[in-house]
Formats: sequence, C-alpha cells, structure tokens
Amino acid sequence: MSEEMARDERVFVMGEDLARQGGIFGQFKGLPEQFGIERVRDTPISETAIVGAAVGAALAGMRPVADMHFADFIGVSMDEVFNQMAKVRYMFGAQCKVPLVLRAPDGMIRSAAAQHSQSVEAWFMHIPGIKVVIPSNPADAKGLLKAAIRSDDPVLYFEHKALFPLKGMVPDGEYIVPIGKANVVRPGKDVTIVSYSMMMNRVLEAADKLAAEGVNAECIDLRTISPLDKETVFESVRKTKRLVIVHEAVKQGGVGAELSACVAEEMIDWLDAPIKRLGAPFVPIPFSPALEGLCRISTDDIVKTTKEICR
Amino acid sequence: MLQIHKGGHTLAYKKDTLKNFYRTMVRIRLFEEKVQECFLGGELPGFVHLYIGEEAIAAGLLTEMDKEDYITSTHRGHGHCIGKGAQIKPMMAEIFGKSTGYCKGKGGSMHIADFSVGMLGANGVVGGGINLAVGAGLAAKMKKSGQIAATFFGDGGANRGTVHEGMNMAAIWKLPVIFVCEYNQYASTTPASYGTSVPDVSIRAQGYGMPSAIVNGNDVFAVNEASKIAIEYVRSGKGPYMLEFKTYRVKGHFVGDPEMYRSKQEVQEHFESDDPIKNFAKVVLAKKWMTQKEMDTIHSEVEQEVATAVEDARKDPYPDESELFNDYYVEVGVK
Repeated sequence: MSEEMARDERVFVMGEDLARQGGIFGQFKGLPEQFGIERVRDTPISETAIVGAAVGAALAGMRPVADMHFADFIGVSMDEVFNQMAKVRYMFGAQCKVPLVLRAPDGMIRSAAAQHSQSVEAWFMHIPGIKVVIPSNPADAKGLLKAAIRSDDPVLYFEHKALFPLKGMVPDGEYIVPIGKANVVRPGKDVTIVSYSMMMNRVLEAADKLAAEGVNAECIDLRTISPLDKETVFESVRKTKRLVIVHEAVKQGGVGAELSACVAEEMIDWLDAPIKRLGAPFVPIPFSPALEGLCRISTDDIVKTTKEICR
Repeated sequence: MLQIHKGGHTLAYKKDTLKNFYRTMVRIRLFEEKVQECFLGGELPGFVHLYIGEEAIAAGLLTEMDKEDYITSTHRGHGHCIGKGAQIKPMMAEIFGKSTGYCKGKGGSMHIADFSVGMLGANGVVGGGINLAVGAGLAAKMKKSGQIAATFFGDGGANRGTVHEGMNMAAIWKLPVIFVCEYNQYASTTPASYGTSVPDVSIRAQGYGMPSAIVNGNDVFAVNEASKIAIEYVRSGKGPYMLEFKTYRVKGHFVGDPEMYRSKQEVQEHFESDDPIKNFAKVVLAKKWMTQKEMDTIHSEVEQEVATAVEDARKDPYPDESELFNDYYVEVGVK
C-alpha cells in the first residue's frame, strides 16, 4: 500500500477504523503517519456509501482502495458492488474506467462465528465486470495488491484473516503478480490439486505427505478466480489425468464447482478418475470450536481424498 | 436552515440566459414527446421514463453549473442529460439501441451518460447514483479542483438507505455535493403522501446539519435563484446542500403505465394549470423579456433538431456482434 501510495498520489484508502486503529487487523499501520488522514480516511459505518463513493471517486479520476472491514459485510453494499462498480464501464460504452480495489478480509479465525468467518469469493465470480484475486502467502499478497491497485478495472481483493500474521519472504520494491494467471507452485505427475487462499498452504503440506507415500501431486494456486485461468489447470490435468479442488468456502456452488464443470465439459476424456472437491459443509459457520472445526478442511482430509483417486 | 424559496422573478436576466432556459426546456419536452411517440409506435426496445412536466428543474439548475461539474441521475434521466449539455443525436441513438449512441447501444434509456460534460450516468437503481456523486465530490475536494457534484432523486428515492449514508458522509467531510430532490408526487405507483414520512423531504436535511430549500420546481426562475445560492454554498467549501423541488410527474411511471392509481382529471388539471414551459412564457411575455416570435423560432429550431435526431437514429446501424465483449475490462489480460 505504502509503495503504491507514494508512487501515485491518486491512490487513497478509505474504510472503517483505518486511521485511528491502523485497520482492524493492523493491515494499514503506519499509513496515516506517512500519508495523512485525507488519504487514509476513516469512514462512518456506511458500507453502502464507502463502495458507492469509491466508485464515484474512481469515475472522477482517483484510484480508491476501499476496505470492507470483514468480507461478510460486502452484502450491505451489494448493489454498489454488482450494479455500479461491476457494470458502469460496460453500460456506459467504455466512457469511463473504474480503477478501484475493494479489500475484503475473509475466512475463519478464532471462532468469529457465522457473520465474521465466511469465504464468499464464489459470489463474485458470477458477476461479469469484476476481477477477483485471492492470495495465499505474503509475497503474493504484495504482488497481487500492487497489480490490483495499478489495474484500471475494479478488483475485489480477498485476504484471509489468517494471512495477516503469516510470515514469509516478500520481494522488495517492484513485485507484481499478474491478475488472471494461476501459479504452478509444485510440479508433479500423479494428480493435480488446485486451491487458493489459506487452503493452498494446507494443500502444500498435504503434497509433502503424499510424496512420502509415493504420490506426486502437482499443486496449482489459482491466485485469481475471475477471470479464471482455466488453461493452466487444463494443461496440468492433461498430464496428471486426476483433479482435486480444495477451498475453505462451502462446497455447494463454490469455485470448485465452476472449475470442475469446466474440466468435465471441455476435457472429460482426459480424466482417469472422478474429480474431487473439498469444501465446507453447507451450514453457517458455528461458534463453538468443537463445531467450527468440522467446517475446516484439514491437511489429512486432502491427503485422504487425493489418495482415493490415485489408487 | 430551511428556506422556502418561491421565486419572485425579481432578478435581472440576460437575454441569452432566458433563451437558454427556454431552449433547454423545449429540447427536453420535444425530445420526450418524440421518444413517447417512437415507443408507442413499437420502434424502441426496453422501456422509457419521461421527464415531461419537470423540465424547469433541469433547465434552472443545470445551466447554472459548469461543464466540469459532475451530476448523477436516475432512471428518469433524459432531462438531466440535456440540461447538462449532452447532445440529442447520440442520446436518441442510444435509446434506439444503435452503435452511434452515447454508450454504443449498451446502456439504453436508463443508462445514458456523457462523461465529456460531467454527466456520470443515469442509473437504473433508485438511489443508486447518490453515492457516486458523493464520491465525485470527494475526488473534487481531494484534487482541490473547485468542481462540485449534484445528484438527483425523487420523493421515492428519498427513502433509500443510500441517501442517508451519502448525506451523512457528505456532511461530515464537507463535500461539495448538492442533493436534489425532485418531489414529483409519485414513486412509481405509490403517492408520496403514503410512502414518505414527511410532506417535505428537505426537513430530513436538518438531521445531517445541512441547509436546504423548498422550491417551486415548475418555475424556472425560482429554480435558478435557489440553485445559485446552493451552488455558491457548496463551491465555497461549506459542505453539502439540499434542494427540494416541488413538481408533478405528468406522464406515467413509464410509457405504457396504465396509471390506475390516479385520475386523468388530476393529471390534466396539474398540467394545464402548472406547465413549467407555459409558466415561463407567461412571465417573459408579461415582463417583455422575450417575444412570442423569439420563442417560436427556438421551438421550430428544436423541433427540427429532434426530428433529425430520430431520422438519423432510425438509419444508424445496430452494434456489431463483435461488440459484445468490448468495453468490458480495460485490461483483458490472461484468458
């Protein structure tokens, strides 16, 4: 954020509890001191006005970054997201650009319960006009955020809440991860495992365990879910003939459903085993750790499911 | 804080200003009449919402704003486009769904925009344009450009939550935004007396610490005088302002509306006794500010302009199928 705000004075950020608190997860710390409270702007609790005003400011030549506090609150401003942000450029015949980033912290941490734990990314891959990125590690978090801020299109940037305390190597300076390109994180020949966001880390752990048992999994981090980089997945499946898709969001109607439909539709003859999807059960996320844990996909779940189709 | 502004026709107006008021109102009226005719003739796809009877608001307010200033509009947006300086030809072509339209035929009647004159789009969602104008006002303030923004809504739109959030945000940040309520008595089929908690929406402005005025929206002079005060106020950096223009929606919610909720007599009485264009003519003739001949000349020029726009729109091509995926993302990137 800091590098992009220093690079382009049209970039500013607004949302709830940014300037005084540095963001609810500390993700904006240091920015108000560096850029002042005009450009690191605390808003009232008005998600509708935050997104609407961000769209308006973008139409009038700024490059706003709006923070949603929790991804769960996007619903409050849904009209502004899917009828305004996503559509104005097309609807007005390309008279305008909407260089806007919507940051949305998602996912389960510390028993935040049903309204503060959701992964809602799949809703937005159903809406033409928005790009949706979702990093799995600190380096990608930087590279995708830079790409999102520099994009002239509206980008929804989902950042898993468990990503904030995650430590990892981050390249200095200019490091940009292209939007719309998946990453083959670990090459393999026996099975393709596709994931994104925090679940990607579980997938890589599972791949280590699988390797110890003689299964070489090729692991793909989607990084962007809309537009979806189908070709990278297809290429991998042509090689491995097997596909597992893993995400934290509910399985029904998820990213995995779309991706497996694409694979089934366009290359079913290449498959040697049924496609497997791992996602949360179709219930609101419960509070009690005893129940919340049942909604979470574990490394062992991934190992077990992958082995089922690799026999 | 609340002013009742009835307009005394006391200010001195330049001839050009008067002609501009008249031309703008007649442009809107004849444009809308022609749109209605084409729609009823089965020539237009979609549906259209007409601004007939409310022309004085667009003419009195928007001709007072600068070209660089921003507006956001509603589903009933043709008048706002014309008032802000959009051209009739590409507007008509857009309504016909032709490639020569403002939005290349991708927007239609409810989404006409002309960014070159600060018209940031009509909006099909009631209350949808409010916060876009708040954001444009925020951008103007951050850039210190001196621009202002105005956003239109009706007595129906006034009840959207977007208005509450937008007014509060504009007030706390002292943004240069004019909230323009066109109180035209009906939210689709629902009378304001039923659906809106107070007879004057501008009362609500007080809840945001915002000055407001109630204005006869069918008197272009009253509209213009009140608009000058509001524009000066917001441009000086004092914060937002609300204008409530009392008017009457002469046509149905959309063309083809069976209008079961009101009598023909009610509509006729309103339109005959309080037509903004006739109101204007009465004043300028009585005060000898303009002659009937001057008005007739403008009327026939506009008539010709609108007729040409329709003829051209009929002849213009529909968008090519290859246009479907254009203008969608700026960067297409990896497929």
